[in-house]
Amino acid sequence: MVVEQKKLAITGAEAAAYAMRQINPDVVAAYPITPQTPIVEKFAQYVADGLVDTEMIPVESEHSAMSAVVGAAAAGARAMTATSANGLALMHEIVYIAASSRLPIVMPVVNRALSGPINIHCDHSDTMAERDSGWVQLFAENSQEVYDLIFIALKLAENEDVRLPVMVNQDGFIISHGTEIVEVLPDEEIKKFVGEQKIMYSLLDTKNPVTYGPLDLYDYYFEHKRQQVEAMENARKLFPEITKEYEAISGRKYSYVEPYKLDDAEYVMVALGSTNGTIKYVVDKMRQEGKKVGLLKITMYRPFPKEEIQYYLNGRKGVVVLDRSLSFGAEAPLYAEIKSSLYEVAVKPQIGSYVYGLGGRDITPDMIRKAFEDALKGNLVADEQRYLGLRE
Amino acid sequence: MAELKGWKDIPIGGLITEPGSSKKFKTGSWRVMRPVYDRSKCIDCMMCWLICPDMAIIQEDGVMKGINYDYCKGCGNCANICPKNALEMKPETDFQD
Ligand code: SF4
Ligand code: SF4
Repeated sequence: MVVEQKKLAITGAEAAAYAMRQINPDVVAAYPITPQTPIVEKFAQYVADGLVDTEMIPVESEHSAMSAVVGAAAAGARAMTATSANGLALMHEIVYIAASSRLPIVMPVVNRALSGPINIHCDHSDTMAERDSGWVQLFAENSQEVYDLIFIALKLAENEDVRLPVMVNQDGFIISHGTEIVEVLPDEEIKKFVGEQKIMYSLLDTKNPVTYGPLDLYDYYFEHKRQQVEAMENARKLFPEITKEYEAISGRKYSYVEPYKLDDAEYVMVALGSTNGTIKYVVDKMRQEGKKVGLLKITMYRPFPKEEIQYYLNGRKGVVVLDRSLSFGAEAPLYAEIKSSLYEVAVKPQIGSYVYGLGGRDITPDMIRKAFEDALKGNLVADEQRYLGLRE
Repeated sequence: MAELKGWKDIPIGGLITEPGSSKKFKTGSWRVMRPVYDRSKCIDCMMCWLICPDMAIIQEDGVMKGINYDYCKGCGNCANICPKNALEMKPETDFQD
């Protein structure tokens, strides 16, 4: 039964902190970095006000933040942190260790361009650098999704067959510092939804001692990587069940992807994050002009929802993929994967790659319209990378 | 060496769930140089026992009893520290028939 919910005017960062308060994690270790700082700042306030039981560890760097959270999670604690950009890059080494040690850590990531040159604004280069680390990666379109996805992430992470860490991405400043209406569930509903963690392999369980992080050479390392592949598959399988359970109490529906006006759409845009909101606006406008355009929003980026992408993109006339990051010397990350997914579809659409919004460059409705118009004109070139909002 | 298991049959995350399992790992297979013990020179000072990284020196009540070649990896630390040259490193190939 859908529960009655309060409406709050809060930012994406506050939505993340609010969700963390309701989870009431055992341990939070964090280091401030723009634009993530307001999450931990707000959470520290909750700790100071006695609203959570969390042991808060103000560490000296993000490398230490992730290390502390890894140690806490290995001890069986619910442990969280949050970061952005260079902070995430500094965590990089331990990000892999969290995933390969199979620790169910949930981390809100506020996406910001990686240096250099130094820039504090939004793009997805930080999270894309962790693409192959073994973390589940979810992308929110707005503050509401940030709030909702954090609970879904926790439940997914802690599942016995998954046991993987999850990043919940939100666009820096655009979501993290923009105030929106967010519907929040009552504390006791969240408590029921997230439940108690089934503690597995706790370092504190002295009756069943375990060793974390032993040397793992050519005789077993490969098998452990294969297990991580399986865990990702399990995350993929389990995701719909968890989102359905969440929908039952919240009334809000989540899936791997969100199709928007796709039924009869001939031209489809694909994107991650907050830009999807702008694309919906442009789709609505162009629909009024009788143009058959639509959107496929990607919510789950790892594991990559290939089947759903094939299902929704097979047989379209044109597909425009928007990337907010680059892979220098190769195709942009989302584009490369969408293109590769389409290798197997029966009727291949024309496809085009558009990079936009690096270092927080604005993406305007006009730019989105321009990319759609390229598609409508049949002017998409699969092997060409184009740019929106870049000065020549 | 214990038989190697497939990915479905081992604990996740590279975790070791069996305490003391390193006993099953016979580091002796790494050895290219073998310490050979000469009882007649030994004074039972136990320096070799202290320094051996693999607990491969066998001792009983403070008496040196030789080397456990299942675990001795041939690092040579014992021979190096022995004050009486009672341990001599010899190539493994000398012992193959
Ligand atoms: S050679 Fe190394 S491993 Fe072997 S007994 Fe001596 S110290 Fe121990
Ligand atoms: S170090 Fe040399 S003398 Fe001392 S116990 Fe070992 S073999 Fe004997």
